[in-house]
Amino acid sequence: MQAFFIRHPKVWRAFDILLPFLATLAALGVGAVMLMAFDANPVVAYGALLEGAFGSTNAIADTLVKATPLLLVALGICIAFRGGVINIGGEGQLVLGALASTLVGLTFPDMPGYLIIPLALFVGFLAGGFWGAIPGFLKAYFNVNEILSTIMMNAIAVQGMNYLLKEPMIDPVQLEAASRIPQTARLSAAFDLPRLVPTRLHLGTALAIIAAILVFIFLWRTVVGYRIRAVGMNASASRYAGINVPRNIVLALALSGAFCGLAGAIQVFGLHHRMFTDGSATGFTGSAGFNGIVVALFGQLHPLGAIPASFLFGALIVGANKLQRVMQVPASFIIALNGLVVVFVVSADYWRRRMARRREAEVVSEELISSEAEVPT
Amino acid sequence: MRGHCPRISAQESIFRIQFMVENSEFLPSGKPKISTMEMRGIVKRFPGVLANDQVDFDVQSGEMHALLGENGAGKSTLMRVLYGLYQPEEGEILIDGTPVKIESPHDAIEAGIGMIHQHFMLVPTLTVAENVALGLPSTRGALTDLDNVSARVLELAELYGLQVDPDAYVWQLAVGQQQRVEIIKALYRGAALLILDEPTAVLTPQEVNELFVTLRQMMVDGHALIFISHKLQEVMDICSRVTVLRDGRVVGQEPIDQVTKGTLAQMMVGRELQAKPEKEETEQENVRLALRDVWADNDLGTPGLHGVSFDLRAGEILGVAGVSGNGQRELAQAINGLRDITKGSVKAGERDLTGASPAEIIEQGVSYVPEERMEDGMIKEFTVAENLILREVNKPPFSRGGFLNFRAISRQSEDLIKQFNVKTPSKDTPVKNLSGGNIQKLLLARELSRKPKVIVAAQPTRGLDIGATEYVHQVLTDQRAEGTAILLISEDLDEILALSDRIIVIYEGEIMGEVDAGEADPEQLGLLMAGVRSQTGE
Repeated sequence: MQAFFIRHPKVWRAFDILLPFLATLAALGVGAVMLMAFDANPVVAYGALLEGAFGSTNAIADTLVKATPLLLVALGICIAFRGGVINIGGEGQLVLGALASTLVGLTFPDMPGYLIIPLALFVGFLAGGFWGAIPGFLKAYFNVNEILSTIMMNAIAVQGMNYLLKEPMIDPVQLEAASRIPQTARLSAAFDLPRLVPTRLHLGTALAIIAAILVFIFLWRTVVGYRIRAVGMNASASRYAGINVPRNIVLALALSGAFCGLAGAIQVFGLHHRMFTDGSATGFTGSAGFNGIVVALFGQLHPLGAIPASFLFGALIVGANKLQRVMQVPASFIIALNGLVVVFVVSADYWRRRMARRREAEVVSEELISSEAEVPT
Repeated sequence: MRGHCPRISAQESIFRIQFMVENSEFLPSGKPKISTMEMRGIVKRFPGVLANDQVDFDVQSGEMHALLGENGAGKSTLMRVLYGLYQPEEGEILIDGTPVKIESPHDAIEAGIGMIHQHFMLVPTLTVAENVALGLPSTRGALTDLDNVSARVLELAELYGLQVDPDAYVWQLAVGQQQRVEIIKALYRGAALLILDEPTAVLTPQEVNELFVTLRQMMVDGHALIFISHKLQEVMDICSRVTVLRDGRVVGQEPIDQVTKGTLAQMMVGRELQAKPEKEETEQENVRLALRDVWADNDLGTPGLHGVSFDLRAGEILGVAGVSGNGQRELAQAINGLRDITKGSVKAGERDLTGASPAEIIEQGVSYVPEERMEDGMIKEFTVAENLILREVNKPPFSRGGFLNFRAISRQSEDLIKQFNVKTPSKDTPVKNLSGGNIQKLLLARELSRKPKVIVAAQPTRGLDIGATEYVHQVLTDQRAEGTAILLISEDLDEILALSDRIIVIYEGEIMGEVDAGEADPEQLGLLMAGVRSQTGE
């Protein structure tokens, strides 16, 4: 197989791109066995999944809506990973972005949408960035492990959200009705992100795709992006090259948090139009802060790769809900299926890298031999 | 076998050795000799590379056979085949005329083959005896038998003149002593044939002499020795035969009296070597870099530099000689802002660079060729083109308004690849796929393209083959002629002597003395490198 790939580099490329999808199919295959253990017909079950994800305009729109925060978080994760830091704090940063943008919307209820929407999204972006910059600062200057600190920042963000939504920011209607459901008032309808087609699909999805392209340009076409990647690949060589390593670590985590914050703001203005909590982060985020990490890995830590990856995961989440409703299998089956996909995709990626290294070594040594032959000595 | 080797006095042992050499099939260690070892038609392929192509090689009891060749010529591959680390695709190995299968280092040791690696395989926190016993079964089952091991180590030390204390901890030993432990380890395991992989690379001239005394004695005793090196003088001094490998093939196999250094060098590189770079007269007036009483900590947090002072002038090469680990790394890093200076000052011209950031120092025209080129000098996952702008990515024309200018970047890389004759499939190849010599050329290309005022070159030719070394020397000499001030930090005394105008010797973070290159002799430098101050200094 190796020799075949070397002779046909295009097939090799195509295979590499298809591999995550093949891995997903394999995971669904194992899932089929589990379904049979529940006495459910896998064909019917996966039919339901497909229909739930793609069966109608509304289904596709739902998939895209689900994919939007995943994509934005994944972009943040890409930046962090490329900068050599790991951001597990997507949940907290998302919550911060959502809270801050909601606050903007609640503070200026009478201002026009074309002013408030960009302002609120920007404030959400900054708030998430602030929340990411704190662990970045601790990592860069005090060598605090960013995995631990970002997780702790999640906990702080969630409890802060719970307090704010129960007391200062609670919907006045909830106070009057004494039901005290922890949520804010609905934002002015003028602030709703425009719908793209008459479904739940909103402008946020388009913004996320534009953001993916911008992140790509940022990482590979700008000086700052170059430096972040250099620091991520080799901090010691970067220091030697005169790059301020701590500053770039802070920047990588701040930008990472900023895109998670933007995801939160877009969830509020595009989908929920208010902020609410069920006491945990998941109630509002739907675990996008964590699933975004998987999406980023699925997209091979490339901002453009994250676009199809987020779409696939969105489809899986939306479709799986339908599957569960139709087949009446336990909800934990969906979690297990999700886990299977992650394991298969990550393993397949590991395998792909190992194969690629070997093939690269062969191709390069052949190229080198031929190039040495050409250089006269 | 033990029965052949009762404890005997030193005097007796000499008689015994002479007797045995002439009459016995056994070595002083009591093990049987290997009278001949032959490798026939060895072929070893790696993906895309033929590392060994029908190589014939042999060694006999009582001789030292040198294996010469540039990096990548296939020396290590051949020896790895012999030591059971690689399996050849074709060919066979015969010991005393009998074909043997060596499928692992364990098989090799069983067959009486030992290998002294360039990087010692010792555990620093264990004693000598513990290191020797490591991995061997104990005669007392689950309990250690270190007393027996110690006794045997002493016995071997006496027989072979390898002074070493079996109860000393390895971390307390000097490099030369650690090497003796490695040799004793191999002898303890019954090695009759020893492979020595660049054994002199880490030694001072004095230590090399001591090693050679031991090796000569081992030859007389009937050991078969293989000496891997690219130092021609050493090969001429001690070996009896020499085999030269190039591109995986044997290009010459001669008794040592049939060759000269010149012919060997030619065989290795396959062409005439250039003469030593000519040193032009240069103006050496302006002090470009001045260090005054510089102190800096090493990685352990203890002082690694103890008040280093010197002036570096335009148009001169100042050589810093010394055995590795005596503060060279700390010195280079302190000058370049990569290590805090705890006391003293560094000035470039009028400008005080003490405590300046690496970026500010780069700005002042200081170029740095770091010792660890893959770790510190290059980002190996980045492409050739990306690496060539590593230190100037924020400057026009490589970027404008924060955006990279790909046209300027590719032009720069194409120019430099051509100018420095870098062999790379393309400018978009990741640097990790290039050979060591080509990576060093890239590094030099980048550092010199900035038209530096000062170059700090740390071990600039370490691990490079003759051709690349020659090239680096030429480049440094050219820079000197153009009036650049060059600080050459090197452990290779020949390199220091060939290139420098003045030489300072560093020992335990201190400058032991300065000598004019014209008057320097290796013996005197060797003493300084070992920490013995010249009489005049006292």
